[in-house]
Amino acid sequence: MSDVLTLEQVCITDGGQTVIEADCTIAPGDVLTIMGPSGVGKSTLLAFVTGTLKRAFTATGRVLLDGADITALPPHRRQVGILYQDDILFPHMSVGQNLAFGMAPGGTRAERRAAVSAALAEIGLEGFAHRDPATLSGGQAARVQLLRVLLSQPRALLLDEAFSRLDTERRTQIRRLVFDMARDRDLPVLMVTHDAEDAKAAGGRIITLGD
Amino acid sequence: MLRHLPLLTLVVMIGPVLAGLWGALLPALGHLPGAGLTGPSFDAFRTLLAWPGLEQALRLSVTTGVLATALSLLIVVLVTAGWSGTRAFGALQRVLAPILSVPHAAAAFGLAFLIAPSGWLARLTSPWLTGWARPPDLLVIQDPAGLAMTAGLVTKEVPFLLLMTLAALGQVRQDQRLQTARTLGYDRVTGWLKCVFPAVYRQIRLPVYVVLAYSMSVVDVAMILGPTRPPSLSVQIVKWMGDPDLAMRLVAAAGALLQLVLVLLALGLWRLGEVGVARLGRNWLETGRRGRLDPALRLVGIGLGALSAAATLLALLGLAVWSAAGFWAFPDALPDAFTMRNWHRHGPGTLEAAAETFLVAGAATGLALVLVLGCLEAEHRSGRTLTTRGLWLLYLPLLVPQTAFLPGLQILLLSVGADVGRGPVILAHLVFVLPYVFLSLGDAWRAWDPRNAVVAGTLGAPPWRVFWQVRLPMLLRPILTAVAVGVAVSVGQYLPTLLIGGGRVATLTTEAVALASGGDRRAIGVYGLMQTLAALLPFALATLLPALVWRNRRGLHV
Repeated sequence: MSDVLTLEQVCITDGGQTVIEADCTIAPGDVLTIMGPSGVGKSTLLAFVTGTLKRAFTATGRVLLDGADITALPPHRRQVGILYQDDILFPHMSVGQNLAFGMAPGGTRAERRAAVSAALAEIGLEGFAHRDPATLSGGQAARVQLLRVLLSQPRALLLDEAFSRLDTERRTQIRRLVFDMARDRDLPVLMVTHDAEDAKAAGGRIITLGD
Repeated sequence: MLRHLPLLTLVVMIGPVLAGLWGALLPALGHLPGAGLTGPSFDAFRTLLAWPGLEQALRLSVTTGVLATALSLLIVVLVTAGWSGTRAFGALQRVLAPILSVPHAAAAFGLAFLIAPSGWLARLTSPWLTGWARPPDLLVIQDPAGLAMTAGLVTKEVPFLLLMTLAALGQVRQDQRLQTARTLGYDRVTGWLKCVFPAVYRQIRLPVYVVLAYSMSVVDVAMILGPTRPPSLSVQIVKWMGDPDLAMRLVAAAGALLQLVLVLLALGLWRLGEVGVARLGRNWLETGRRGRLDPALRLVGIGLGALSAAATLLALLGLAVWSAAGFWAFPDALPDAFTMRNWHRHGPGTLEAAAETFLVAGAATGLALVLVLGCLEAEHRSGRTLTTRGLWLLYLPLLVPQTAFLPGLQILLLSVGADVGRGPVILAHLVFVLPYVFLSLGDAWRAWDPRNAVVAGTLGAPPWRVFWQVRLPMLLRPILTAVAVGVAVSVGQYLPTLLIGGGRVATLTTEAVALASGGDRRAIGVYGLMQTLAALLPFALATLLPALVWRNRRGLHV
């Protein structure tokens, strides 16, 4: 599946004041980076794309996925995945249950478990299905989160400062893994960051805000 | 459906209060068709004003209420100012939940056993210190000034206000404020009073008002520790309500309205007091005084805090000892022998009452939980947070004295032909359980990281799945704590059970308070202890269950 993510004349305001504007298209497998310091509205833009913008904001414009307008759809029907900088693995579920939560329904229990195990093996975490998420290292947690998003079969991927809490060595590894896997699946990626190195590593277009 | 829940909750919570006030207003003006009276007439008010004990009853309500509130607040302020963040404060925090869950009536009985002329304190100091070989003829409990009643209220209101203060401290960045004050040369207590207290008080103002309204109109504590001739206005209202002469219901209704006016006046006066204290405080701020009395104030604070906690714990111990006491002569510190005879004798009765208690508490708390979870989820989905006005509405059932609207509610229920009994009692308990469940769960619910919902949503989970599979399990601990709070509130309800149950719903609390006049300490010990256990058990479960369920989930350990 190859989709194009389009933000068409998006303008988000807060009490009449413009917070952020965007008008861009991201091709399948490409990464668009929006750079800027905290408070310029980067995460607000991602909230608009995921359909979770707070009531305090007013937004105009459209989000299109392969030409289809998804602006009015609820978050669970948009097929847009997101990765945050913090570990947002559900702490009451095992690693395997976290992954199964993201998978589309269907199949027997055994088939789903097998799919989870195979996916974990793909990212070098074989045998981690029963682990407590709180016992994972930062790098392992980041990989499980990525896997969970990919297993939900998104049509676009958003990265909200996704690498900023990782140490330098892991950061490079995880960044490469994310970009490679997104490219392999032809996912358009919209990344917001304040880190120039992340932007450079993405290798795509960079829009800088709030200088 | 979900978006209608906040309105339904409001109706369930405020409806009975307004209906009860309306139900008091009509009979107070002489309209009680059930008794063949159609009014309008001011006879009820004339009878009320002619009651010889009125002046003393009013004075008692105001003095005990204001004194108990002021003392409780003072103790909480001194303890928090002098000790928050220390090991001693931590120890106090640990005993807070169990102390808080002790029902008012049980604490009052225990305190009576402690301070009565034949109580534990007298026994421990006799005859070597006091010279008493027999209990002295002193009016220590049920004293005309209501001092014992005030003490009973203080021991229960201190933990409540302390809990509210602890919740407020998290929102006012106490550490930063205090650190800044200390680097400017202020000692701990003065620095806290000048820099933290104003912000904390803004947060705990409504709970303080609740304490004032409650203390002025409490019935069970007043029946156990308060004077009898005349009793406080609230106790007298209950007496009039129970009078076989139906015409006395009119006087009770008039008394209920007078109680409401009295509480409103006291709240107004307290507000004026706040303005005055704030002005004095601002002047004090400008003096730049660093506080020379701080070390002494710290000692007074921890002394009073420990005394308050110890009184409740000793009171419970007293109930336990009396419940198993054999022959116990004065001035022996302990009974000659411990026996299970009292438990064999009263055990079956307490079990029946316990079953009724849990039935009512379980139903009221279950309903409250459904409504509160629905409201909080609606708040989350709509993005509309609770406004200050909304918070006032939440506190309204706790600010209107029970004795002001419950008599009216009973009269109204009877006059429309509705049956009194368990069902209406559950709904009446719901009025008081709901705000506490809401307040207990609200902060934890809102503090939950909303990114969990965003992630779950982007993974394809619809809102109902996010609610059931992500949010509820992650918030199991605060939900169970809120349930425990709800059960404890319900277990402690005396007046709604008595009036709306028409005397036909016998819970541990109504049975225990009924024993007050008989003075059988062993029976009171058994019932008081059972009442406390009924309130404590859910707290124990709320601690144990999540630890058990999430034993392999380190991210959910506290």
